[in-house]
Amino acid sequence: MIYWYIFLAFFIPGILGYGGGPASIPLVEKEVVDRYGWMTTQEFGEVLALGNALPGPIATKMAGYIGYMEGGILGSIVALFASVAPSLILMVALMVTLLKYKDSPKVKNITKLVRPVIAVLLGAMTLQFFMTSVETSGTLQTVILIVVSYWLLEIRKVHPAFVILMALVYGAVSGII
Amino acid sequence: MGNSSLKTNGDLFAAFFRVGLLGFGGGPSAIPLFHREAVINYKWMTDDEFGDTLALGNTMPGPIATKMAGYIGYRVNGLIGCFIALAASVIPTVVLMIILLGILQKYKGLEWVNSMSAAVVPVVGVMLAVMTWDFFQKSGKALGLGRAILFTAIAIVLLEILNIHPAIVILGILILSFTTFKKGVEAK
Repeated sequence: MIYWYIFLAFFIPGILGYGGGPASIPLVEKEVVDRYGWMTTQEFGEVLALGNALPGPIATKMAGYIGYMEGGILGSIVALFASVAPSLILMVALMVTLLKYKDSPKVKNITKLVRPVIAVLLGAMTLQFFMTSVETSGTLQTVILIVVSYWLLEIRKVHPAFVILMALVYGAVSGII
Repeated sequence: MGNSSLKTNGDLFAAFFRVGLLGFGGGPSAIPLFHREAVINYKWMTDDEFGDTLALGNTMPGPIATKMAGYIGYRVNGLIGCFIALAASVIPTVVLMIILLGILQKYKGLEWVNSMSAAVVPVVGVMLAVMTWDFFQKSGKALGLGRAILFTAIAIVLLEILNIHPAIVILGILILSFTTFKKGVEAK
């Protein structure tokens, strides 16, 4: 029975959460804390804080961890499946349909018209990231990191993996000092 | 495509493993990394196809990272590719989370861990800014600069000022494209 509850607890946020994993976190909290009482708000906050400090998609880290706490490895698998599978199946089905008609002028129009929307969404996310950084690391640090990482990524063409690793090391060192 | 060689599966695993381990701040912040692997590194899809995938992904509920990984994996190597891409992007970080939560919950401060991920935030910001500019330039080429600016302005009003959900805006474009634009935007 616990596996069924775990399935439901992560299936519902996966189906209702628009805007990627972070948007579904409040929905996960509602299920896990309010409905099933598997953890307190405080505990949920701590798990979320550590989850945010680690790399990777947040929704699956939360699902995998909470599923593991409640139902062991099988619970973890059930929670991951419930949060990932429904929306993925929908996505694959729709994309396959869309690609079948990819040479029709109507579908080509979608591509053209969607581009400005994607640009605006990415632009808004850019701003959000810069603002978050100003709040947590301060303006000076943010500007330094922006300028240096732009120089490395776009002018020196350094692979993003190395730039991210450098930022991690920089952050760890400045955190210790 | 459809080639189930070990090399393809290995590439899929490596690509999404890297994305999973380098993407700090949840799935959406990993989008530039997905772009890097799928379009630039392995050329599994074009820029346009990536844009379409991202747009459609945004109209649907659920975590974006796994929708992107699962779909790209499926395109490259069918169901097996889908599972490999999903496993690579999800499992390593879940395992890390389970192990580290056990150990680290004792050390609540985590000052240096926190400032580590804080330092990555502006770097992701720069990557997103570059992608924003790319998409805008592509719009300019396909629609003409005037129309690209107009459509971008409309998108800003709808998304950022009127706060209409992106899913609704993209759905609107889908519906408009299939109904009213009979002649289509032919400018190239």
